[in-house]
Amino acid sequence: MATGKIMNNGWADQDHVPGIKSELLELNMGPQHPATHGVLRLLLKTDGEIVYQVTPVLGYLHRCAEKIAEGVNYKQWVVYTDRFDYLAPMCCNHAYVTAVEKLMDVEVPERAEHLRVVTAELSRIASHLIALATFGLDMGAWTPLLYCFREREEILNLLERMAGGRMLYNYMIPGGVRYDVPDDSWVGDVLDFITMLERKKLKDYNDLLSYNKIFIERTADVGVIDEATAKAYACTGPVLRGSGVKFDCRRDDPYSVYHKFDFEIPVGTGEMGTVGDCWDRYMVRVREIEQSCRIIRQALDTLPDGSYQAIPLNKIVKVPAGAAYSRTESAKGEIGHYIISDGGQTAFRNKVRSPSFCNLQVVEKVGVGQMVSDLVALVGSLDIVLGEIDR
Amino acid sequence: MEILTSWLQGLPGFGGMSDQGLFITGAVIMATLMFTVMALCAIVFTWMERKVAGFIQSRYGPMRTGRWHGWAQAIADMLKILGKEDIIPAEADKGLFVFAPLLVLLGSLLAWAAVPWAPGFTAADLDLGLFYIFAASSMVVIGILMAGWSSNNKWALYGAARGAAQMVSYEIPLALATIPVILHTGSLNTQDIVIAQQGGIWHWFVLRDPFLFVAFWMYFIASIAETNRGPFDMPETESELVAGYHTEYTGMRFAFFFLAEYANLFLVSLIAVMVFLGGWWSPIPGLDFAPALTFVIKGVLMVFLNMWVRWTLPRVRVDQLMYLCWKVMIPVTLLCIVGSGILMITSGAAG
Repeated sequence: MATGKIMNNGWADQDHVPGIKSELLELNMGPQHPATHGVLRLLLKTDGEIVYQVTPVLGYLHRCAEKIAEGVNYKQWVVYTDRFDYLAPMCCNHAYVTAVEKLMDVEVPERAEHLRVVTAELSRIASHLIALATFGLDMGAWTPLLYCFREREEILNLLERMAGGRMLYNYMIPGGVRYDVPDDSWVGDVLDFITMLERKKLKDYNDLLSYNKIFIERTADVGVIDEATAKAYACTGPVLRGSGVKFDCRRDDPYSVYHKFDFEIPVGTGEMGTVGDCWDRYMVRVREIEQSCRIIRQALDTLPDGSYQAIPLNKIVKVPAGAAYSRTESAKGEIGHYIISDGGQTAFRNKVRSPSFCNLQVVEKVGVGQMVSDLVALVGSLDIVLGEIDR
Repeated sequence: MEILTSWLQGLPGFGGMSDQGLFITGAVIMATLMFTVMALCAIVFTWMERKVAGFIQSRYGPMRTGRWHGWAQAIADMLKILGKEDIIPAEADKGLFVFAPLLVLLGSLLAWAAVPWAPGFTAADLDLGLFYIFAASSMVVIGILMAGWSSNNKWALYGAARGAAQMVSYEIPLALATIPVILHTGSLNTQDIVIAQQGGIWHWFVLRDPFLFVAFWMYFIASIAETNRGPFDMPETESELVAGYHTEYTGMRFAFFFLAEYANLFLVSLIAVMVFLGGWWSPIPGLDFAPALTFVIKGVLMVFLNMWVRWTLPRVRVDQLMYLCWKVMIPVTLLCIVGSGILMITSGAAG
């Protein structure tokens, strides 16, 4: 264990008052705890405010989704991907259908690809808004939470008009999307919303939270994940980019129609402290919202006409025998789907690589030696979703 | 108190009473009155807090109970909390667990005795009034430490340890910030401090000299920490320590902590008004029609300022909190004392 050295040389292991034995305090943070974003359990060993050991304990939200994939057909399993990262379900849909299509070798209509990109990016914005909100809440700032949820509500309304559901959409299917643009005003409403978000709301968040002196004091130089650690623990998404690595599947391994759009990849620069601190990870998300807005605008401006389903909705998807792996960039990082098909109606095996799972492991190393408050900041800045970790 | 006892003497049936009897009767009436005001302010401020928070967060807050802007919500909550099951954890230290909320409440109730509501109207008109207030309100720390320890819960212990460290530390700048004012008045009597500020807004101590102005803000910051409210809500730290020292408390015992928090909040606001903001004097000289009302309105405005800060700023970390206290606020308040003293001597005000 990485913590052994500190524990042996540390303050806590010695008897400071003769005759009185001192020991580390074992503390269960979760599974019911306001700062763990779901049913995460962190087993802490602390010496007062200093954390000597962190062990994430998982499995409280396990629903056997991968096993279920062996029993339901390909189209039916899209529903389960919604429940992985329930804050950005469109991204999860997208990841899965990309893998199935790779196996089927089917040509997806251009219009469907554009709609997928738009909805996935809207989902990404919604997810990042929650990330900002809950991170602010972890830092004790209550008000940004309500502001972010107010904007997220708009996204939920837009996606509800598109897909029918407010939170879980089951929108994408292998070979296309389930529904076309709902009415004539939808595209205009989306454009209005992202313009409002870019021009006004992001500035509000920055004034209220990002450049707040107390917030910077709490997050700069805290929970620093350096580049080597981030790579060693296979971190992806904003956690990796916060550490200064310019890697994004949308650009470096393009899928769907992302190669057509012009956008930047924000990375952590250590603007307020060290590269890879909590503030960097937070700010990467704020800047990614801007980039997502850019992508949505381009995708809607060039929205082609035509069909939006390569396979009719009422047909069961037939997948030839074989195996395929696809990786896509979700709001939390890189989702990988590895599907093995034996030519039947259901997958023989479906393995999901979820970004939150890998991102969380890093607390075991970075959380050591931090204060309890900083550990809360670290976990908050990783922006994990337990539905995705346990599946 | 003298006014009350002489008024009692005039009532039929009280005329033949001995002085001690009158004093005790008067004290009981005063204590009941103070407790009622305190409970009432907790109810009003809970509602106000939710409305202010709602306003800041672009939502409504309570809107239904009692029709008009949910004015009865806090009362309904109080009634509900009265009916809750009283749980004492099996492993808790029962005696301390039961006693802690009472001690917290007592600490803030005692301090209320010396608040000067209007000319001549103070429950206990002590010569050491201000000193007494600070002394009595520091009992709250013991209660919080007791609550955290006796709960036998690690999170509660964390909250209590943080709370004790924080409140003991912040009492120092809190008291130091009022010393420049005491230099000016030459008295710790709360009535005298207010009377010294007669004559309009420019005679209020906050605007007397620049050092007093700084001292006022130092007092304000320390008072937020003293009441354990955001951004200094270390003992509770909702997102870190679950609910801090009162994690294990339910029902009426929890309500006592709640009551004490708002009573304390109003108390420190009233002290700010009394010491720095002219007490019952209105800003324009000669317009002092309702001294007690003026005093309370100023106090409520200070409470509003407190709430505004709470719902706007993120929370500081424990070590940053201590740093702020010992390395920034105490030196600055000491500087204020020296600076204000020098100004007094050079302007000839010192006598």
